[in-house]
Amino acid sequence: MKELRIIVCAKEIPDPEAPLSDVSVDTEKMEVNVDAPQVISPFDENALEAALRITEEMDAKITVLSMGKKVSDTVLRKSLAAGADELILLQDDAFGKLDSHSVAHVLSDAIKKIGEYDLVLTGRQAGDWDAGQVGLILGEMLGIPCINLAREIKVEDGNVLVKKNIPGGYEQVRARIPALVTVSNEVGELRYISRTKMMKMIKSRTFIPSWNNEDFVTAPEMLKNMEIQELSSPPDMSRNCQFLDGNTPEENADKLAAVFESLR
Amino acid sequence: MDDVLILGEVKEGSLDLKTLELLGAGKKLANDLGGEFSIVLMGDGVSGAADEAAPYGPARVYKLEDPLLKGFKADLWVASLEQACREVNPKILLMSHSFIGMELGPRLACRLNTRLTTDCIDLSIDPEDGLLLRTKPVSGGNAISVFKCTGEPQLATVRGKVFEPPEAVDGKGEIVEMAPQIDQSMIKAESLEIVKEEIVALDKADVVVSGGAGLGEEDGFELLEELREALSKSFGSVMIGCSRVAVDKGWISSDHQVGLTGTIISPDIYVAVGISGAIQHLVGMVHAKKIIAINTDLGCNMFKVADYGVVEDYEEIIPALVEKLEELS
Repeated sequence: MKELRIIVCAKEIPDPEAPLSDVSVDTEKMEVNVDAPQVISPFDENALEAALRITEEMDAKITVLSMGKKVSDTVLRKSLAAGADELILLQDDAFGKLDSHSVAHVLSDAIKKIGEYDLVLTGRQAGDWDAGQVGLILGEMLGIPCINLAREIKVEDGNVLVKKNIPGGYEQVRARIPALVTVSNEVGELRYISRTKMMKMIKSRTFIPSWNNEDFVTAPEMLKNMEIQELSSPPDMSRNCQFLDGNTPEENADKLAAVFESLR
Repeated sequence: MDDVLILGEVKEGSLDLKTLELLGAGKKLANDLGGEFSIVLMGDGVSGAADEAAPYGPARVYKLEDPLLKGFKADLWVASLEQACREVNPKILLMSHSFIGMELGPRLACRLNTRLTTDCIDLSIDPEDGLLLRTKPVSGGNAISVFKCTGEPQLATVRGKVFEPPEAVDGKGEIVEMAPQIDQSMIKAESLEIVKEEIVALDKADVVVSGGAGLGEEDGFELLEELREALSKSFGSVMIGCSRVAVDKGWISSDHQVGLTGTIISPDIYVAVGISGAIQHLVGMVHAKKIIAINTDLGCNMFKVADYGVVEDYEEIIPALVEKLEELS
């Protein structure tokens, strides 16, 4: 059987787990400023993990696509350290604030330039804008079957078999490949990567191709930025926390039991 | 002319509560536009739901019935909804941010070459140009953004519990039958089996005891279970919750997940154990009446939103707490 070709779309974002104190909203520039390291968006890491598990079952090649105004190959090299075969960065000043439809447009052009593929995986949504649209729009643009919210993905006899989340359980779904699947976190976290492996990959001279708008985007005049009218901080969530001041866990347990008593 | 169209969802034969809320949103927007709103229902038999929707004030109730539309088959549903949009030509189309809306929204937006905003918590009409203003939390909830997009219909999926269902009115919407132009060959993703699982209904809990990465291992949930049992003796319904990370690690199933992509809850008491409090988690539980946080990291987010904080190792305090609660009960 020929090698299965999997494309994983992975977005670089500021760490979405950043403490609240390191996040601020610039209402003038309409930007969220996060003073945290860049990471791969968590659901995209789940998508990469799903792809890696497929490679354990069959001969498969994983290409990771990451797009943005400027993508850090240091952050994305993690995907190679985890086991992806190839990383392609899609970078252009025009890619900074595109709406979901335009992001999908760029990704679909990149995938068409790659040419052969069997499976496209994306995270269910990205941790910066939380739109949850790009994957499914991309599937539509490519004209291939789309399956949303996967918790398990297998490939068998030219079909992709997906356990798809539905309320109260899951649905076993089958589609011919090529197909697009959006991945949810039930798939599991991206496998552990040793520091040595990670450092080796960061320092390696592996050539990481970078494509810009002119290299592959058809009809770039169709690309549109998000139209943000206003960006504001959410209502303040903070409460005045009363810390229990017992000297031992037992004392604090007594105090906490008393708190529960008072709330009955 | 239907200015606003909403996609209704039917649950066990009747209109889903989220659909009633959408009717409220649709009515408000139609009023602001000085126009009408209507509802579209799809399925193998939706007459009962159509009769139920009619008195809430829609100008028309569109029914798309076909045996193939039984259950949610996204390929056929998106084709039928596209057909309805092309025939009705609404200015605005609203869907719930449910698993149905989440999947249909982006695919429909692509087919109609329009722009969608997901998970909206407010919608209004810009009086300047009559376009839809779509308010949505972004960055996990760290900011609230208002979008305005070109293209028609203007598409939005709407979060539950942000709009009120409208009052029933005199007079009934006209019921309009539409024949879906679908066939078996349009199914690209075929459903082989639906597996029901025993799940927790977190939104019905009085008290939720929740664990996160700080538990360090799957076994941590056993201690939380002991606490859950002890609290059950004094409080009504006590359930186990968790953070996204706990699901990613395979410690617990995702029906327990609280937060933006899990369940959004507001119990009487929320006990967060070893959960640092990423914003995506906080938005799912911050409306709890009382929040109790147990964590070893004094600087974590969870203490900022908590009413009571305990800076302790959960493995030490929880057994002692369980013992104390047993004594008291």
